[in-house]
Amino acid sequence: MPVPLLGAVPSPPTTFDGVTEALAVLVLLVVFAMMREALLRSQVRLYAFQSLAVAALAGVLGASQHAGELYVLAGLSVALKVVLVPAVVLRLLSAAEVDLAGSHRFGVATMVLLGVVVSVIGFLTVSNIPINSSGINSLPVPALSAAAATVLVSFVLVMFRADVVSQAVGFFSMENGVSVASLVVAARMPLILEVGFLFDLLVAGVAFGVLMRAHHRRSASLSTETLDQLRG
Amino acid sequence: MSAVLIVIMAVPLGATVVSWWAGPRLAGLVTVLAGTATFGLAMALVPSVARYKDGTSAVGALGNWLRVDPLSLVFLLATAFLYCLTAIFSVGYVAADRAATRVYRRRLFAGLNLFAWAMAMAPMVNDLGLLWVAIEVTTVVSALLVAIEGTDGAIEAAWKYILIASLGLGLSLLATAVIYHAGSFSLGGSYDLSYTKLLGKASVFPAATVRLGYLLAVVGYGTKVGLFPVHTWLPDAHSEAPTPVSALLSGSLLATSFYAILRYYQITERAAGAAFARDVLAGFGVLTLLLGTLYLASQRDLKRLLAYSSIEHMGILAIGVSFASPLAIAGALLHVLAHAAAKGTSFFGAGSVARKLRTKDLERIRGGIGLLPWTGPMLVAGMLGLSAMPPFGTFRSELSIVAGGFAGGPGANTAEEAIAAIMVVLATLAFFGLSWHMGQSMLSPVPDSGTAVVKGETSRLMVLAMAFGLLGLVVLGVHPPAALDHLLNGAAAELGVAR
Repeated sequence: MPVPLLGAVPSPPTTFDGVTEALAVLVLLVVFAMMREALLRSQVRLYAFQSLAVAALAGVLGASQHAGELYVLAGLSVALKVVLVPAVVLRLLSAAEVDLAGSHRFGVATMVLLGVVVSVIGFLTVSNIPINSSGINSLPVPALSAAAATVLVSFVLVMFRADVVSQAVGFFSMENGVSVASLVVAARMPLILEVGFLFDLLVAGVAFGVLMRAHHRRSASLSTETLDQLRG
Repeated sequence: MSAVLIVIMAVPLGATVVSWWAGPRLAGLVTVLAGTATFGLAMALVPSVARYKDGTSAVGALGNWLRVDPLSLVFLLATAFLYCLTAIFSVGYVAADRAATRVYRRRLFAGLNLFAWAMAMAPMVNDLGLLWVAIEVTTVVSALLVAIEGTDGAIEAAWKYILIASLGLGLSLLATAVIYHAGSFSLGGSYDLSYTKLLGKASVFPAATVRLGYLLAVVGYGTKVGLFPVHTWLPDAHSEAPTPVSALLSGSLLATSFYAILRYYQITERAAGAAFARDVLAGFGVLTLLLGTLYLASQRDLKRLLAYSSIEHMGILAIGVSFASPLAIAGALLHVLAHAAAKGTSFFGAGSVARKLRTKDLERIRGGIGLLPWTGPMLVAGMLGLSAMPPFGTFRSELSIVAGGFAGGPGANTAEEAIAAIMVVLATLAFFGLSWHMGQSMLSPVPDSGTAVVKGETSRLMVLAMAFGLLGLVVLGVHPPAALDHLLNGAAAELGVAR
């Protein structure tokens, strides 16, 4: 009997499981789209779309687990990650009026290839963790694998794009990966904590914005090529 | 005593608001008062928390939402002590800076208070999730403080810092979720992540899940501790930040992030066995110590030198906790306090020297001790403290760690002795590196020509802050109060329950 690649699934997935997995994979695919996107504005819009998928995931889980607080979380995610943070970054970009084209350190093909390699690593790592052997309520391996891959591919995005906007978007998209993971393994975490996490994301977003603006004022560009003085 | 916790939570926050709205003079005064009050209140907690007999005495407030046990009080004390010193130092530092604008002063004082508040909240909250929130707030506030002078170097350092630290903290958020998942088997689908609840049930958590969470937490929070290989932001941020910020970053923030790792350590110890939890810390500790020591010798910038010394000391902390002996663990916790005092004093001295000579370049700093009659000798003493020389607290703490490593304890092995030996060798090398640079820059004669620098101190308050730091360091080394000993032993007992 052929062994499934992504860990053994004991029972056929329910509709909710299927939708959860599809959304988690969608979040991952958006990071790849960010990678090949040259325009910084489009990158920010892709982030907003990715966040929408995460919010939808929260809503779906709310419906499947009959947890009202997850609807609240979904609503807050939409307000913050789909509307507010992208709006802040887009406003910064329109004030900057330069460097609308993102800067790749490698070609797009190399980046995507690298992304594929690390996401395979993410999938294989999660499916090899012996946690789903604990019997009861085992981990949702496919969705968690997609989340781990999202985190890793976002790291690649941060490392190999040489402009402050792409790096910030890379961080935000990593955070979306973490959100997917925490939604699938710890959906019922108290709402107050989730709100705390979201609030921190907002504060971090503002700090990123302040520093991007300061960098742009000093160097009249959004590129990180000039940030190479401190070494050793 | 529970009112004390609420006051500690309110004081720095109130000082933040006042310093933002008040004039620079009042802002400085309020910051000093807030720092002193926070330190005094933290000290007042020691007798009731350090009742050694039952080991786990704690003070709670607001329905145990805030809770200070011996382990958290050690870290709270380190932050409060350094907050108090930094407040005094920064009043002198800002007054002596003619280029400092009104806006700059306001931002600096408000930022310092907020930064200290977040660092004090991290050990006081009784919840793994809120701990993450507090530490993320420290990142955001301190990154903005690093960038406050607006130079190219400061902005580069702040960008690297916020990016790398936020990515690291993303991993620790994942760690929080994984531990939550591990707990949901025994604590139910929806529960709060308070330590009391988690530690009570941790022994039945699925071990593999907890291991995953622990590794994520060590790498994630380790980014902020400065553990190898995720330390790369640290030297840049420490060298480019204004001196008061560097002192808080190095002496307090790194330790606070280490505290977060220790909370995961406690859970892992119970769920997956102490050996695994210790081995991970030992591995990261040795590599971090090695990196810090090797880079120390080759530094050309005074503040970068101190930054690599912080990396070295964080390695020592990790190694100390990884030893089985309670003596070593108590030593590591004493090291948290001693390092805060020594690094605070040294950064204050470095900042004064850099301001006097208008350079941080070790090649160009000559005759420091002759030019600054008070700061010079105290900086030399502070750096001897960083090299763990007697009679300083760092000597006592590193001696306990090494002695604990050699003496062993239940579950000790030959690997521990080897690590203790490696630590002795590397700490000695670090001593050589620090002494070489200190001798060259501070103990050399004042150059005859080419300097228009007049002998004398820049500010009395800056000297006073260093003197207090040094005093604390000597007290910790010569004769720590009995209550503190009880506190450290109680905290060490908390970290070795499953032994």
